[in-house]
Amino acid sequence: MTEPISNLQAALQSGQFVFTGEIGPPKGTNVAPCLHEAEEFLKGTVAAVNVTDIQTAVMRVGSLAICRLLKERGIEPVFQMVCRDRNRLALQSDLLSAAVLGIRNVLALTGDHTTLGDHPEAKPVYDLDSAGLLEAIVNLEGGHDMGHDMKGNPNTLDGAPSFFKGCCVTPCSSSVEAQIIKLELKVAAGAQFVQTQAVYEPQRFEQFMRRIEHLKVPVLVGIVMLKSAGMAKYMNRSVPGVSVPKALIQRLADADKKDLPKVSTAIAAELVRAMRPCCQGAHLMTLGWDRHVPDIIAQATA
Amino acid sequence: MIVAERKPLDEILNMLAPCKRVLALGCGGCVSVCLTGGEKQAAELAVQLRLAARRKKLDLAVEVDCITRQCDREFLTNLKQDPRTFDAVLSLACGCGVGFLSEQYPDVPVLPAMNTTFYGSNTAPGVWEEYCRGCGDCVLAWTAGICPVAKCSKSLLNGICGGTKDGKCEVNPDMECGWSRIYDRLAELGRLDEMRKLRPPRDYRKDRGGGVRRLVLASMTADDQTREAKE
Repeated sequence: MTEPISNLQAALQSGQFVFTGEIGPPKGTNVAPCLHEAEEFLKGTVAAVNVTDIQTAVMRVGSLAICRLLKERGIEPVFQMVCRDRNRLALQSDLLSAAVLGIRNVLALTGDHTTLGDHPEAKPVYDLDSAGLLEAIVNLEGGHDMGHDMKGNPNTLDGAPSFFKGCCVTPCSSSVEAQIIKLELKVAAGAQFVQTQAVYEPQRFEQFMRRIEHLKVPVLVGIVMLKSAGMAKYMNRSVPGVSVPKALIQRLADADKKDLPKVSTAIAAELVRAMRPCCQGAHLMTLGWDRHVPDIIAQATA
Repeated sequence: MIVAERKPLDEILNMLAPCKRVLALGCGGCVSVCLTGGEKQAAELAVQLRLAARRKKLDLAVEVDCITRQCDREFLTNLKQDPRTFDAVLSLACGCGVGFLSEQYPDVPVLPAMNTTFYGSNTAPGVWEEYCRGCGDCVLAWTAGICPVAKCSKSLLNGICGGTKDGKCEVNPDMECGWSRIYDRLAELGRLDEMRKLRPPRDYRKDRGGGVRRLVLASMTADDQTREAKE
């Protein structure tokens, strides 16, 4: 076992069930509310906090800046990096920047397509894919970038970074075999932990976990809070690889509006409890309802 | 083949604003096959322009011609009209034709009537689809003949992303997921191991990253040089 370079890695290596959280940077310079949410509800509650990288291709403050601001507040960040907006020069440069800013966890993602966001006219980059990005990170850790000198030797870095490297997978995808092949590639490329897309079907997740046992990599199951029956139906319609069972939608539909946070929290906690035996942690995505994270964890671990 | 679509009539009329005499020039190549820029479409465009000119009380005369290929010097001799006698040539060829003709007739503006869109094939009556991006480094040998550069909206080389749903792409539910198709086809062929190999990042110098691309056949250019030397 390698010496852990982050609290997240240490927590996963210790064998305890790990919780992580997530915040989305704001559109505009007013970062106070998102930092407040993180300090108030996530600090000390979760092992690390993901910061999304221009999530759903909607322009906003960068992940790197918020990661650093979290770190200054004693919260360990996970720097999400998508391949959509930067070529290999910028990706590698930002990785070095992250390292010098003290960021130790990186999550390599492909990134939602530009046309899904609020700048659909933008040029999609995808110079590297998520597997290529992981390889590039490992390369930097080895003291080299992807470039070569005049003699064809790889460039040498003056100081190499170290990261705890993660990737994502969609366990309930309609194309699960193809997803597993991709996951195998990402682990071969250097991924040390896995975070999943939202899961609402514990049985399907358990089957998935059995199929990736050979990878021997810790998995944090993704839990997205269902804020209403409408949102659950929207996810079924529009979010690839996510299907919310009818029974859950019914529970949300039957709930009084004022009780929705309570029901939503209970559902999230039940999902974690159900999947806890077959994975190493849960990644909680609250979509702004971070105030319920302490309750989810309390109920899930009770 | 190269697929191109006709520009909206208003955009063409704006381009032609300073002109009184215009040659609508069709191309018998690719755009003729995709039924957008051939002889028939040049004649139709001429009719539309004449009607619009009458409606807008513009002094605009439009003649029609068509040659086998506008991107090839040898077919220029087949022109029935002399481009140099017009205020502008309105080319219904792809961008190659417009660019090449502009060089051949430096004194006449050659204007594009088309938007050149992609390299594709006819997949159903009236439907043309993109098959190739001209990336300069073909990978079809290990992707079962389905191009991830052209058929995946993110042009990913290392397999499927999380945006696939029931074989469709996150960009549009009517768009097939290229990697889902590649997976299915490789599975049918018993060649899924091809997907288990990590592919290196692309060398974009072979794509547009190295600037303007050209094909130079050493054998032919060498001949030219020897001939020139002899002369």
